[in-house]
Amino acid sequence: MLKIKNLKASINGKQILNGINLEIKAGEVHAIMGPNGSGKSTLSAVIAGREDYQVTEGEIIYNGKNLLEMSVEERAAAGIFLGFQYPVEIPGVSMVNFIKTAVNEQRKAQGIEPLNASAFLKLMREKKDLVEIDSKLTNRSVNEGFSGGEKKKNEIFQMAMLEPKLAILDETDSGLDIDALRIVANGVNKLKRPDTATVVITHYQRLLDYIVPDVVHILYKGQIVKTAGKELAFELEEKGYDWIKKQVDNV
Amino acid sequence: MDNKKYNTDLFDLFEANIDDINKYSSDAINKHRSKAFAEFKKQGIPTKKDEKYKYSDLSNVFSKDYNVSFKPIELNINIDDIFRCDVLSLDSHLTVLSRGKYFEKERIKKLDNGVIIGSMIDASIKFPEIFEKHYNKYASTGKDSLTNLNTAFAQDGIFIYIPKNVIVDKPIQIVDLLIDEKGYFSNTRNLIVAEKGSKTEFILCDDSLASAEFLTNTVTEIYLGENAEFEFYKLQNQHNEANNLAATYVHQERDSRYLSGVFSLLSGFIRNNVFVEMNGEGCENNIYGLALPDHSQHTDNSLYINHFKPNCTSKQLFKNVLDHTATAAFNGEVYVAKDAQNTIAEQTNNNILLSETAKVKTKPQLIIYADDVKCSHGATIGQLDEEAMFYMRARGIPFKEARMLLLYAFAYDVIKEVKIPSLRDNLEDLTRRRLNGELSLCRNCAVRLVR
Repeated sequence: MLKIKNLKASINGKQILNGINLEIKAGEVHAIMGPNGSGKSTLSAVIAGREDYQVTEGEIIYNGKNLLEMSVEERAAAGIFLGFQYPVEIPGVSMVNFIKTAVNEQRKAQGIEPLNASAFLKLMREKKDLVEIDSKLTNRSVNEGFSGGEKKKNEIFQMAMLEPKLAILDETDSGLDIDALRIVANGVNKLKRPDTATVVITHYQRLLDYIVPDVVHILYKGQIVKTAGKELAFELEEKGYDWIKKQVDNV
Repeated sequence: MDNKKYNTDLFDLFEANIDDINKYSSDAINKHRSKAFAEFKKQGIPTKKDEKYKYSDLSNVFSKDYNVSFKPIELNINIDDIFRCDVLSLDSHLTVLSRGKYFEKERIKKLDNGVIIGSMIDASIKFPEIFEKHYNKYASTGKDSLTNLNTAFAQDGIFIYIPKNVIVDKPIQIVDLLIDEKGYFSNTRNLIVAEKGSKTEFILCDDSLASAEFLTNTVTEIYLGENAEFEFYKLQNQHNEANNLAATYVHQERDSRYLSGVFSLLSGFIRNNVFVEMNGEGCENNIYGLALPDHSQHTDNSLYINHFKPNCTSKQLFKNVLDHTATAAFNGEVYVAKDAQNTIAEQTNNNILLSETAKVKTKPQLIIYADDVKCSHGATIGQLDEEAMFYMRARGIPFKEARMLLLYAFAYDVIKEVKIPSLRDNLEDLTRRRLNGELSLCRNCAVRLVR
């Protein structure tokens, strides 16, 4: 589904990604872990198409297409979803209007009829239950006045509404209490299908108790320095990142 | 820039035409001219050196060659045939003005509830007590030279009287049409008297039927009696060659409430002056504004809010969205007199610049002599929120749509204050179309039919 080859990217002249290689297949769950400042969020932003970053080398192929040539909104319509680490507040734009516009613009880009009002409301009701999000929140402006946990739940709600093929969740677990974490993880698990893939970017092993990854990668200094099965997450939890840092820095 | 030549032209114009000016007006209006003209002669057209006009260059506006006529207008069109406004899909007491002159065949009418709507000339003759009590009382401070210019030249305009305790059943709507193929310079003078305990919704639409260059210099005086409530919505929706100078004087007695929405959707040059005097305790004054200038348009809102008595509240919220090389200014002055304790005043001006060449000047000011007040002011100038843009695009909302959602949300803060639902719906539609770069013509307005 997604193939990243030797990806190098920088922001304001500072190189953050130093040659990432990664392959994600349909049906898989990947976890990307790593210490602060290792480039985790940069990787997700580059995949989503954030224009502040310059890709200096390498390529990203998504379902046979050159992703780097697509605009942010084209990538979204093609099924890429980025769950934000810090969801943005948009005063004055109602959640309902926002998500309805997003759903129907994506359908338009895919050549499907837009949802009519009643079909849309029905879909909203279903997905709201799935992520246990309060109706009060969907009646407000996008993320405005939401608590940290509500914002993260709202990301999963949007993901449920948009049904992406590849979801990248950037530290969706940070700042969540155990109940919210469980709800967010349940949402992700329920949305999992054989033809979709999920990338979970996280700091903590805790989330991986709920979302079980097939593959765990460690990102450090802009490169993937280790890839293994889910047992790697437990190892990190026990030993921290220092042993990895040492291994890499000594080479 | 020096306005000497344009001043001399105006002095000559007045002196050469004073007979016609007087002949086609009324004695009661005429008797205010000479003093105002003498004042104007001293002051002249404000220049950019004048602190209050330093962000609006009037020399451009006065440099053009307009037609001027002081004789009654003869138009071979029937306004009823071409003009159908369902800007409001509601009924309104609709009256049409053009070139500062009253248009309807019935010169002045008195409704069953005692409300009087009609020509200023006829009002000054038929209702001299009301006229004498209020005409030029609030605008005659002598400070603003454009107002003196108006008092010297104005021959007619709209007169509205709402008697004590009358709640006007439907909005009173005035459409001021720019109508001639050849542009002109005109001075319109309006007077609205809302007596004690009355309640009125008033809509003033500045529209155009022609695309020639115009300069209109309008003065509107509004008197609110004790506990009166008055809503004033102004829609400026013309074309690039229209130049508008509009002064509104609001005099409030105790416990009166004034709500105003000023929507500058489309015009070449706009200078709105609003002067408010709260002369009794417990007054409320809320003024909202939205301006959407693009290309080389200019919009300047200058507000002078005077708290003379205790326990009054005032609020101003003005928002501008500018594109291309458009310019805008906001000048807000809230004055709180020594005795005006417990004043609550809030003033906000927010601006979004969509291009690197658009410019905005903003100057919120508080002048406070009382010691127990709650006053705040603030201004922002910014671009579109890039984080929000990325967030929306990452959900598949195309750039253009995302931009529209953000701009509309910004504008809606002002639109939502409009209390007449059908007017609010229409403004939503006009604003959306205007933000999309379309001309925001009202759907069924005459302008549409003529073009």
